[in-house]
Amino acid sequence: MKAGAFVWQPWAALGGFALAVTASFAYLGADFGALFGAESVRQMLQFGGGFFPPDMTPEFLRRTASGAAETLAISALGTLLAALVGVLLALPAAGRWGRWLRLPARLLLNVLRSIPELVWATFMVLAAGLGPFAGCLALAVHTAGVLGRLFAETLENAPPEPARALREAGGGATLAFLYGTLPVVLPQFTSYALYRWEYNIRMAAVLGFVGAGGLGQMLYVALSVFKTHEAATLLLAMIAIVVVVDALSAWMRRFLGRSDS
Amino acid sequence: MSAAGGAALPAPRDPALGARLALFAAVLVLLWPAIEIAEFNPAKLADPRNLDIVGRFLGTFFPMALGADFLGLVARSALETLALATAGIALAVLLAVPLAITVSESLSVSRVGPARRAWLGPLVRAPVRGLLIFMRSIPEIVWALLFVRAVGLGPAAGVLAIAINYAGMLGKVYFEIFEAGDTRPARAVLESGGGRANAFLYGVLPMALPELVSYSVYRWECAIRASVVMGFVGAGGLGQQMELSMRMLEGGEVSTMLAAFLLLVLLADAVSALLRKILV
Repeated sequence: MKAGAFVWQPWAALGGFALAVTASFAYLGADFGALFGAESVRQMLQFGGGFFPPDMTPEFLRRTASGAAETLAISALGTLLAALVGVLLALPAAGRWGRWLRLPARLLLNVLRSIPELVWATFMVLAAGLGPFAGCLALAVHTAGVLGRLFAETLENAPPEPARALREAGGGATLAFLYGTLPVVLPQFTSYALYRWEYNIRMAAVLGFVGAGGLGQMLYVALSVFKTHEAATLLLAMIAIVVVVDALSAWMRRFLGRSDS
Repeated sequence: MSAAGGAALPAPRDPALGARLALFAAVLVLLWPAIEIAEFNPAKLADPRNLDIVGRFLGTFFPMALGADFLGLVARSALETLALATAGIALAVLLAVPLAITVSESLSVSRVGPARRAWLGPLVRAPVRGLLIFMRSIPEIVWALLFVRAVGLGPAAGVLAIAINYAGMLGKVYFEIFEAGDTRPARAVLESGGGRANAFLYGVLPMALPELVSYSVYRWECAIRASVVMGFVGAGGLGQQMELSMRMLEGGEVSTMLAAFLLLVLLADAVSALLRKILV
């Protein structure tokens, strides 16, 4: 490109962006001016102020803690189930159970993954009743789709030599998989599953909005009956979980990274 | 294996058995309370009443609801989702840029040398950093629920939720991009007497822009997914309609809307990939 030549792409992009944003606000209706007006801001501040002070009575703190434990349990079980189902689906999706199962398995994984957790949770509440079990199943189903695809990719990229050596020495297919392939892919599987668990802890905290247990359900109920002080405590608990999980995973990554090198 | 090996070999021993059994036992012990707390009970799935509801619900998934009226509604909701994600991201970028510039230390005048009010820097930066953490630590759907309570049902709540939550995420990433790049041009501007704005516009922005744009476009794509989900608490768009249909157990409508959602996500994917290719 010649120096000083007119570069149209950024200007076109900027124009397109401005157009899209204007059109979006226009489509959503004209009440946005009022939304940022003084009256509305005052109302919102009043709404926010209603949350203070958070409810810190020991009795409610205990309930919050048990809600947090429920959230952790949902995420841990959901992720573990997802990892097991993910391996079972990754095997056919990586073409290990014949050519014909490969495509249907991939399709199934795509469907599981494409439907958001919250939609699954709404469905699971119908299938398993209100409560944390539904949230657990919802996480398991969606995450199985995510992990299954990652696992399948890992399996496809795994070196075939160890398994082949075992087969050539007379071992069966299962044995070759367990001792030739699994040890090679297991670290990668574990790291994917842990990464997903971290994500699912955050997810489990909000699945309760549709009745799937944990902190989310408590928050939803508290806001529905205008117990804003209790809601504030629950929000603090959610923030604490996110911050702690973030810090722990960063620390673990650094720790593992150092021990690897 | 044993047939080929013959009698001379010792009994086959599994070298990995001990470690694997130990790991399995550890996981089981750790997870036992979790099973209790999460009320894990597969028998619930076989409960005849639940089976009946699910059976009837799934039975209505096909045929999909394809009436002209309903398709019109789905199209309008999909457009609303698209619009609220776009509007939300626009507001988020507007919020995030000044916040990121504020917390960025490579733009700090006082770092270059003695400056008036140098003590002000850290004093402003710490709370702004805390604000960013606060904004992004509360998930978007919680923000949506809060704004639904504050401004009522509808897309306005969704726009505000995306604006706040994504401003927190964008602010952090923008800040990291500013700091990760070459900070010498900004320093040169500062050292030759330029202010913070000049240092940003001429020292940082030219190099950081492609990355900023690419990440923002990626976030726009995420916002579309998120806005579908936020609808479940009443924040407008496709999600709100989907939640209504699920509550009515209208499987046909749900399957149509799921298809519309998948199309929307695929479309956003393609547009975002295209934009990033053109712009970066």
